[in-house]
Amino acid sequence: MVLPTNLKHVATATEHAQVLKDHENVMICCGRMGPMCLPVYDIMGDIQDEYKHVEFRDMMFDSPESAVIRNHPACRNFMGIPFTVYYKNGELVAATSSIQSQGQVTAILDREFKA
Amino acid sequence: MEEKNVDVIIIGGGAAGLTAGMYLARAKSSAVILDSGTIGGQLVLTHEVANYPGIVTTSGYQLANTMRQQAKSFGCEIKSNITLSDLNLEGESKTVVVNNNIRYKAKALIIATGGRSRMLNVPGEARLKGKGVSYCATCDGDFFQDKEIFVVGGGNSSLEEAVSLTKYASKVTIIHQFDHFQAFKHAIEEVKKNPKINIILQSKITEFLGDEKLEAIRYQNLKTGEEFHQPIDGVFIFIGYEANTDMFHGSSLKLNESKEVVADELMKTNLTGIFVAGDNRAKRYRQITTAVADGTIAALSALDFLNSQH
Repeated sequence: MVLPTNLKHVATATEHAQVLKDHENVMICCGRMGPMCLPVYDIMGDIQDEYKHVEFRDMMFDSPESAVIRNHPACRNFMGIPFTVYYKNGELVAATSSIQSQGQVTAILDREFKA
Repeated sequence: MEEKNVDVIIIGGGAAGLTAGMYLARAKSSAVILDSGTIGGQLVLTHEVANYPGIVTTSGYQLANTMRQQAKSFGCEIKSNITLSDLNLEGESKTVVVNNNIRYKAKALIIATGGRSRMLNVPGEARLKGKGVSYCATCDGDFFQDKEIFVVGGGNSSLEEAVSLTKYASKVTIIHQFDHFQAFKHAIEEVKKNPKINIILQSKITEFLGDEKLEAIRYQNLKTGEEFHQPIDGVFIFIGYEANTDMFHGSSLKLNESKEVVADELMKTNLTGIFVAGDNRAKRYRQITTAVADGTIAALSALDFLNSQH
């Protein structure tokens, strides 16, 4: 199960692990096709050409496979979708809950994934 | 800096801006839509649209996408998630700089910057967004299964969402600053007959408390001044919209006391060649249909203006 967005997707926990293994810098937005999530997908789609050193993916929040993100300790207090997570060399380095602006997203990308 | 000349610059890519772009491009005028956020504006924030003529039901996201495709198919240029600066609304040439590297120039400009959900702007609100503070019941309601929550506001959205949240929460308390609700009668009746809903009037939240997540709120009775500390799991805020006109504050563009752009029935502002469309315009009703109507009129007025310049 994947989201109907124009982004590349993560469908399973196995694929999630593989993406982290294959890429140094990874941003995954785990959400639904709802009003708090769509703007974040849109931002990711618009900035991915500028941040070629970052792998951008989405993941379906309601898939059991996304427990790999939903149950991560960094997300334990999150009560708003999407859960957006950032990984550096396989380690989660930042996570946000609910809608984010482009400025908030790029601030994390610039801080954690300096080109 | 690169310079680009177009006939009309449209600031804002919601229903009004996309409609204006569609009409202008179809009339063979060069138009660019510039949006610092997501194309579709508040339209994409609407789960279901059931009262748009000609379409039985659709999602706001789908409707916005279709409008975007229509505008692009006619040749309208669209740029989203960009930074806008150095806006010049006066003189013969209207200009705006995109991402600090492209200056767009046009004889006419349509302001279609729309509106945004109003925040309470009290301490702790921004920090605890997504950690107990929410603005979307359909998105986040299921995180509050069997929990106690507050809903802020007294309009239709607030009361309807409060009722919908009783599907999840064990108790919903509506807190509203006035002594009565502004919602329609049927919405008020739905709230009053729901045994899970409690009502606190003439009160406002003054602070959100919690370290890692929302743990409590402070609220004040506006009549007596008495303050309360209330442990709570979640707060949903639905207190209406405000116009996205911050970038025009301090300019010579005429705004009303609510910071909405003042215009005549042809969407002409007080500045020559500057038109307005959509939820940022001073008007009574704000619907997708009224935004589309505004966008149409603004585009046709801009075309008239361009023709008068030749």
